[in-house]
Amino acid sequence: MSKEYETVIGLEVHVELATKTKIFCGCSTAFGGSPNSHTCPVCTGMPGSLPVLNKKVLEYAVAVGLAANCRITRYCKFDRKNYFYPDNPQNYQISQLYLPICTDGWVEIETPEGQKKIGIHEIHMEEDAGKLIHDEWEDRTLVDYNRSGVPLIEIVSEPDMRSADEVISYLEKLRLIIQYLGASDCKLQEGSMRADVNLSVREKGETAFGTRTEMKNLNSFRAIARAIEGEKNRQIDLLESGEKVVQETRRWDDAKETSYPMRSKEDAQDYRYFPDPDLVPVSISDAFLEEIRAKQPELRTEKMKRYREEYDIPEYDIEIITGSKHMADIFEATVSLGAQPKKVSNWLMGETLRLLKEKEMDPEEIRFSPEHLAGLIALTEEKAVNSTVAKEVFGVMFEEDIDPQRYVEEKGLKTVSDEGALRRTVEEVIAANPQSVQDYRNGKEKAIGFLVGQTMKAMKGKADPGSVNRLLKELL
Amino acid sequence: MELLSLSAVELGAAVKEGKTTAVEAMRAVLDRIEQTEELYHCYVTVDRDGALARAKEVQKKIEAGELTGPLAGVPVAVKDNLCTEGILTTCASRILENFVPTFSAEAVLNLERAGAVLIGKTNMDEFAMGSTTETSAYGVTRNPRNPNHVPGGSSGGSAAAVAAGECFFALGSDTGGSIRQPAAFCGVVGMKPTYGTVSRYGLVAYGSSLDQIGPLCRNVEDCAVILEVIASHDKKDSTSVARSDTDFTSALVKDVSGMRIGIPRDYLGEGLDPEVKAAVRKAAALLEKNGAVVEEFDLSLVDYAIPAYYTIASAEASSNLERFDGIKYGFRAEAEGLHQMYKKTRSQGFGPEVKRRIMLGSFVLSSGYYDAYYLKALRVKAMIKKAFDDAFAKYDCILGPAAPTTAPELGKSLADPIKMYLGDIYTVSVNLAGLPGICLPCGEDSKGLPIGLQLIGDCFQEKKLLQAAYTYEQLSDSES
Repeated sequence: MSKEYETVIGLEVHVELATKTKIFCGCSTAFGGSPNSHTCPVCTGMPGSLPVLNKKVLEYAVAVGLAANCRITRYCKFDRKNYFYPDNPQNYQISQLYLPICTDGWVEIETPEGQKKIGIHEIHMEEDAGKLIHDEWEDRTLVDYNRSGVPLIEIVSEPDMRSADEVISYLEKLRLIIQYLGASDCKLQEGSMRADVNLSVREKGETAFGTRTEMKNLNSFRAIARAIEGEKNRQIDLLESGEKVVQETRRWDDAKETSYPMRSKEDAQDYRYFPDPDLVPVSISDAFLEEIRAKQPELRTEKMKRYREEYDIPEYDIEIITGSKHMADIFEATVSLGAQPKKVSNWLMGETLRLLKEKEMDPEEIRFSPEHLAGLIALTEEKAVNSTVAKEVFGVMFEEDIDPQRYVEEKGLKTVSDEGALRRTVEEVIAANPQSVQDYRNGKEKAIGFLVGQTMKAMKGKADPGSVNRLLKELL
Repeated sequence: MELLSLSAVELGAAVKEGKTTAVEAMRAVLDRIEQTEELYHCYVTVDRDGALARAKEVQKKIEAGELTGPLAGVPVAVKDNLCTEGILTTCASRILENFVPTFSAEAVLNLERAGAVLIGKTNMDEFAMGSTTETSAYGVTRNPRNPNHVPGGSSGGSAAAVAAGECFFALGSDTGGSIRQPAAFCGVVGMKPTYGTVSRYGLVAYGSSLDQIGPLCRNVEDCAVILEVIASHDKKDSTSVARSDTDFTSALVKDVSGMRIGIPRDYLGEGLDPEVKAAVRKAAALLEKNGAVVEEFDLSLVDYAIPAYYTIASAEASSNLERFDGIKYGFRAEAEGLHQMYKKTRSQGFGPEVKRRIMLGSFVLSSGYYDAYYLKALRVKAMIKKAFDDAFAKYDCILGPAAPTTAPELGKSLADPIKMYLGDIYTVSVNLAGLPGICLPCGEDSKGLPIGLQLIGDCFQEKKLLQAAYTYEQLSDSES
C-alpha cells in the first residue's frame, strides 16, 4: 500500500423497543407464538383499518434521545415509505423522514486517544415488518405478521467513526444506554438490535468523503468488526488498482468473510415518502418532556460514580458489574437485602462470570434472584455451609434459581456443627493415618492438609474446614 | 300506510308506536328492490336473508324496550366502501371481488347500536373515484329521476337507493363531493360533516385527509338525526375529534332571521348551467325574504381547488391502494413469480380511472416532483382554508350550487376526465378545508332533473347549516 488511508464509518442502528404492544395497534409484541397469532386488522393491513400511536413508543424514543443528548422535535410527524414487498402488509412502512423525533445528539466513547464524541444525526420511530417463510417442500412462501408493527427506533450516527474498535465502543455505549433505560434488551443475535454500516475510505488528510457502501446483515459485534475490516480492504484495493468504489448496498456473509452487492444506487427505489394522513402530528408538551426527564433512570456513568462512593469494591468489579444493567440490578438488590457488597461482588465476578462463560450466556440472561444470592451469602456467613458446598449450591441456583436455604436443608448439606461428632471423626482419621500423624509431628506442616481432607471426606464435605483444622491441631 | 313514503324518522316513530314493525319495513324495502333494482342497480350486494333476520332481532329488542332511538327498526343501505363484518365489501372493484371483512366500520356499528337495520351495500365509483358511479366494476347505477341519466358519484348507489325508495336512508362517503353531488343529482339530502366528526375506522380509504362519512336521506330532519347517531369520538381513528356539540337535532328550528349568508361570485360564474344558477338564486332570495342577510362576495382561490384536490387525493390514494396486491385478500391473478403476480393482479384488478389516479398520485410523490406538486398542493390547501376562515368571519354560511349542471346522461362523462374533474369545482374545496357541507333539493331543470343547493359552514358549525337547510326546506315545501 503506497498511500495512507482513513476509514470513515457511520452507523444506522435499529433497536426493537420493549413495549408490551405494537406501535400502532394493541397486539402483543411477545416473541414466539404460532404464525399470525399476534395480529389484528391494523397490523395485517386490512382495508379500513387505521393506526393509532402507542404512547409508550414515544416515551422510549424520547428517553433514548435525551440520554443521547439529542434535540427533541416538539412537533414531529410520521411519513409513509412506499415499497412493495409481502412482509409489509400495507406495502408502505410507517416511519419518519421529514420531522424525526430526535436530532443532533452525541454519545461519548473511550478511544486510545481519550474520550471521543460520536454525533447522532437523528433518531426516528418506525414499524417492523413481518417475516417470510419459504416452504421449499411445497415451493411456496408464507407470511407471518407477528412481527409486523413491532416498534423500532432507528439511530443514525454521523460519519464520525474511524475504526472497527470505535464502532464497537459506540455500539456498546448505545446498548448500555438503551438497556439502562429499559427501552430494549438490545440482543444482536435475536435481532432486537441491528446495525447497518456505512463505510468509505479516503486518503489521510483529505476532507471530502469517498464513495460509501452500506453493509447489511451484521448480527454480532464480531461480524461487524470483520465486515468493517473486509470492506475497508476491498475499497482500498479498488482505489489502489485505479478503480472506483460503487455506491451500493452489500450483504455481509460472515461464514465466508466476504460481502456481495445487493443493489446499487442506480436501482435504488423511489420510496415516495409523504406524511401519513392517518396519524396526526405529535406535539410534545413541556409537561410530557419533564415527565420523561424525571423518570430517566441513573445511567452507567452516574452509576459507576456512585458505586465508587458507596461500595468498597475494586474499580474493575465496578466496570464489569455496571457493564450489564441486569447484573447491576442484581448487585444492588442483593446488597439492599443486607449482604456485604464485597461478598456480592465476589459471587458475581467469580462464579457468575465463570458459569456465564462456560455456558456461553449473556449477563442479561442471569436467572437467579437477589433474594437467593443474599440467602446463600447468609449461609456462608453463618458458616452453615463451607465454600465448596456453597459453590455447588450456587451452581444449581444459577441453573434453576432454587432457594439455597431450603436446598441445603433438603439435601442435608449443612455443616455439622455438632462438636462431638466432628471430634469423633477427627479421632478416627488420626487413628487410621498414623504415617501422616507421624509426618506432622516430625514437623511436616503440610501433612495436616491431608488429614483435613480425609476428615472432610469422612464428613461428606459437611464440615467447616476451620473447625477441622483447629480440632486436628488440638488432638495432635 | 304507504311505508315507503315515510322518512326515516317517521318510520322510526311508526315502529315505536307499534303501527308497523322493523320486519314489515324491511319487507317493503326488499319488495321495492325486487321491482326496481333491475333497472336502477343501486346495490352491489342485497343481503336479503341477513336483512330480514336482523330486522327480526331488532324488532324483538324494540318490543323489549332495549332499543328506543329514532332510527330503531329503520332499514339502511351502506356504501360498499364501508366494511361490514361478514358481508361482501368490494369498493365496486374487481380487486376486492371476494373480500369479506372481519369487522364493521365504526359508523356502521353506531347505526346498529341505534337499531338501524342493514339492507345491503350500495354501488359506487370504484374506490370512490368518479362522479357518475359509472366506474364501478359491477355495472352502472341509473338515476331514479330519469334512468337515462347518471345518479352522480361516487356515492351514486346510496343516493339512488334513497331516491328510489330502495332504502329509508343511506351512508355515503365524501372525499371531494361524493355525497353532496349525487344528492343533488338524485334530489335527496346529503351531508358531509366536519372532518373528524364521524370515525373513518372501517372506511376503505381513498384520500385519508379528505374522506368523511355522512348521510344521504329524504329530508333535513333525517339528516340531523342520522348524523347525531353516526358522529362519535373513536380512539381507533387518530383523526377523530371529541365533540360535545353533536346534539344536531336541536338545530331543527325554522328561523334564519339575521343569519348572514355569503354567495361566492365565482360559484355563479362561467361554466354554471343557467337553470342551476336561477334555482340557486331563487333559493337565496327565499332565505333573504325570510330574514337572512344575503350578499355576494369574492372567495379567493376557487380555481386552484381542483388541481390541489386531485394532487392530494391522488397522492394519498396511490399509497392507500398499495395494499391491494393479491397477497392477503381479494383478487389474485395467476402469474410466475412475485413481481409478475403484483403487476397482473393490479392491472386486471383495478379499472382505468383508479389506475389513472394511482399513476397521477405516484408521479406527484416521486422524488424530484414532490416539492413542485404535492407540497405546493398542501400549501394551496392551507391557503384555501385561510380564505374560508376569512369568509366565515363575515358569514354564518356560504351558499351555492353543488354541481355546475344537473345529472348528465349515461356514458357522456368518462371520455373526458378533465371535464369530469372540473365538475367538482363547488365541492372539493370543502374537503380541502375540512368543512361541513350539506346539499338539498332546490328545484328542477326543464328536463325534470333535480337541482341541488349547497350550504357550507365553518368547521364544527353543522348546526348552523342544518338550521338554514331546515328553514329553506320548510319554506320551499310551503311554497310549492
